[in-house]
Amino acid sequence: MPVLEILTKQFPEKIIETHDFRGDETALIQKDALLLIMKFLKTDIRLDFNMLMDLTAVDYLWMGKKPRFEVVYHLYSLALKHRLRIKVPIEQKDALVDSIVSLWPAANWYEREVWDMFGIRFQNHPDLKRILLYEGFDGHPLRKDYPINKRQPLIGPKN
Amino acid sequence: MMSGNESFVTSRLNEMIGWARKYSLFQYPFVTACCGLEYMAVASGHHDIDRFGAGLPRFSPRQSDVLMVVGTISHKMAPVLKRIYEQMCEPKWVVAFGVCTCTGGFYDNYATVQGIDTIIPVDVYIPGCPPRPENVMDGLMKLQEKIQHQKQEV
Amino acid sequence: MSTLQVEKSEIFADPSGKELKRESMMLNMGPSHPAMHGIIRLILELDGERVLRSEVEIGYLHRAFEKMSESMGYLQVFPYTDRLNYSSPLINNAGYAMAVEKLFDIRIPERARYIRVLMCELSRICDHLTCIAASAMELGAFTVFLYMIKARENLWNAVEMITGARLTISYMRVGGVKADLPEDFEKVIRTCFKETRHVLKECHGLLTRNRIFVDRVKGVGVISKEDALAYGITGPFLRSTGVDYDVRKDAPYLGYDEFDFEVPVGTTGDNYDRYLVRMEEMEQSMRIVEQAFQAMPGGALAVNLEGKEIPAAEMVDEAKMGMVEGFQHQFVTLDPTLEGSTKFYFDRIQAGNKSASLPAKENTYGNIEGLMQHFKIIMDGHGYEPPKGEVYQAVEGGNGELGFYLVSDGTGRPYRVRVRPPCFPIMAALPLMLEGGMLADIIATFGSVNMIGGELDR
Repeated sequence: MPVLEILTKQFPEKIIETHDFRGDETALIQKDALLLIMKFLKTDIRLDFNMLMDLTAVDYLWMGKKPRFEVVYHLYSLALKHRLRIKVPIEQKDALVDSIVSLWPAANWYEREVWDMFGIRFQNHPDLKRILLYEGFDGHPLRKDYPINKRQPLIGPKN
Repeated sequence: MMSGNESFVTSRLNEMIGWARKYSLFQYPFVTACCGLEYMAVASGHHDIDRFGAGLPRFSPRQSDVLMVVGTISHKMAPVLKRIYEQMCEPKWVVAFGVCTCTGGFYDNYATVQGIDTIIPVDVYIPGCPPRPENVMDGLMKLQEKIQHQKQEV
Repeated sequence: MSTLQVEKSEIFADPSGKELKRESMMLNMGPSHPAMHGIIRLILELDGERVLRSEVEIGYLHRAFEKMSESMGYLQVFPYTDRLNYSSPLINNAGYAMAVEKLFDIRIPERARYIRVLMCELSRICDHLTCIAASAMELGAFTVFLYMIKARENLWNAVEMITGARLTISYMRVGGVKADLPEDFEKVIRTCFKETRHVLKECHGLLTRNRIFVDRVKGVGVISKEDALAYGITGPFLRSTGVDYDVRKDAPYLGYDEFDFEVPVGTTGDNYDRYLVRMEEMEQSMRIVEQAFQAMPGGALAVNLEGKEIPAAEMVDEAKMGMVEGFQHQFVTLDPTLEGSTKFYFDRIQAGNKSASLPAKENTYGNIEGLMQHFKIIMDGHGYEPPKGEVYQAVEGGNGELGFYLVSDGTGRPYRVRVRPPCFPIMAALPLMLEGGMLADIIATFGSVNMIGGELDR
C-alpha cells in the first residue's frame, strides 16, 4: 500500500492535504498531531522511516499563502527505500512547533538552524540557540522580509 | 662627505635586510574556504612556492610574517581574523587571497565582509575565484618586490 | 561565548582515603586551528589529555547561499553551487541541475547523461584525494599529501580541458551540460588514471600498514551503526559502519544502475574504516568512468540531413565535390571557454527544451530566433518559468546524500533553495566520537570527516 494511503487511513482528520508532484509524496499535517504522526511513521513496520534526511522551513510571505510558514521534513526509509515529505503549516504569531529530537537526534541541529534562519521555535528542544549566525544578530535572515544585504557586523564599518 | 657615506651605508643595509626578508617569508595560512584547495595546490609539489622562500607555513601568528587570508570572511569570522592579525609581530604583511577577501566577491549579502581591508590593512590583493596558482605566484612576487623596496624597520 | 559550564571540584577518591580535588580544563580549539582544515570551533572540557565533553560551533563560513539563490534566476545559481562542496563542485552542479530538471520535467539526452556521470565521478575522486591527503598530512604523512595533490592536479587539468576552470567550474546546465568533451579526452583520462592508480598504490604502501598511521586511526573515532542512522549520517561515513546506503544504488539517478560498481562498506565505523572506504571508492569511481567511456553514445561526429551517419572517409569525398550542405558541421571561432558548445555538439548534450535550455552559440550570435531564446532565458522575468511546485532531488555527494529542495512559485526565480548538506549531520554527531577519547585523536577523527565549510555552513 502506498505511503500516503496508509497515512490518510490512519489519521484521516489530521491530514490537511496530500499530493505527489513529480513523484515526491507529500503530506500537509496539522501542527498538534506532529509528534503523533512522526512517531507512527518511524515505528510502523509498513513505513519504517528510520532516517530524518532533512528538516527545513519555507516562508510563504511573498506567495501570500496563509499561514505564513511551513516546516518541511524529509524522511527516508533505509529498508524500504522510500521517501516522504511532511509539511506543517505554522502561523507567524504562534511560530512554535514540537521538537522531534526525541525521535531523531538528527533534528537537533536542523531545528536550531530553522530557529536561526526563520525564527520558528521548537518546544522541548534541548538547546535552542543560533547555529550559523552569532548571538547579537537581530532578525532571521531567511524570512522574506529580511533585506538580503542588511549587515550586522561585529567589528568594522556598519554596512 | 660624512653624511653621504652614512646614507650610502644605511641604504645598502636597507637593501640587504629587504633581500633577506623577502626570501624568508613565514606565512600563516588563514584558510577558510574554496581558495584553500587552490592554496594546497600552490603549496605542494606541482607549483611549489618553496621556490620563493615562502614554503614553510607557520601555524602560530606569533612566528609568522605574512598573513595569507585565503577565502571568504564572514562577519562571524571577522573578529577572529583581526585578533590573529594583532597577534603577529612586526614587520608583517597581509595578502588577500581570492576575490572574496578583496571585495567580498559575488557574496554581496548580510553574512559576508565586503573586503578584508575594512578590518585590517592589506598589502597585496590576488583576485580570482579562486586565483590560479600562477596568479598566486605573481602576487607573491609583487609582495617580495614591495618588501625589497620598503623602508626596513629593525 | 562558551555555553558549557565548567564543573569544578569533581571529587575523586584517593587510594589513601583522602579526598582529592581535581579540576577539569576548558580548551578552545579553533576556529582557525593549524591541524584542522576547516573552520569550526570546538569547546572542549578536558581531564588531562582525555576529552570529557565537547561542543561544536559552526557557522564561520556562512555565506548565505540560500538567501542569494532566492534573489536571482535559476541559471544564475550554478556558480554558487560550485562553492558548496568545493572539493567536488561537479556533483553539486549536477544535483542542482537535476532538481531544476525535475521541476521542469525535462529528460536530458543520453550523451549528456553519460558526460554527467563521468564528470561526477572525476569530482568524487578529487574529493576523496583531497580528504585523505589533508588528513594524512595532519597526522604527519606529508609525502602522501604531496603525492595525492599531484594526482589531483592531473585530474584538475583534465577537468580544465572541458570546463575551462580548475575548481569552480559551473559546467552543468539545465537540460544538459555546457559543452561536449574534446575528442582526445578519453586518452587524457586514461593517462590520468594510470597515474592516479600508481599514486593510490604508493599511498596504500605508505599508509595502510604503516604502524604509526594505523595506531593513530584504528579504533579511534568510532560511531555505531545505530547512532549514525539516528543522526542522519550518509556517505562514506555511514558505509564505514557497515550500512551499504549509497544514493547511486538505492535511488539510481543518471542511470547509475547501468554501471557495474561496488559499494565498499566497513565494519567498525572507525577512522581506519573510513579511510579504507574512501580509498576503495576512488577505484570504483575510476571503473565507472571507464565504463562511461565505453558506453557513451555518439561515435559518429556528423549526420546528414536525413539523420543518417556519415562515415568520416565519405565526408572528405563529398566535401571535395562541393557537397557541403549535408553537413551540420559549422565551426565558429569562439572564446576557449565556450569550446564544445557550438551547434555541432549541442543536440547531443542539451535537452533542446526551448523554455529551459540555452541555444547553441551560433544561433545566439547568428540569428534572431536564437538570440530571442537566449534573451528570454537569461533576462529576468521573460519566460524561464517552471510550473509551481516543489521537488527534492538527492545525489550521492562526496560526503553523502546531497539533496536539493526547490520550491517554485511559477516565476523565473527560485522561491526557496534548500541544500541538505551531508557534512551537517556528521558534525552534529562529532561529540559522540570525540568524548572519551584523547585530545590528539581529535585531529584524526576530524580529518576523516572531510568537513567542507562551504557545504556545512552554506
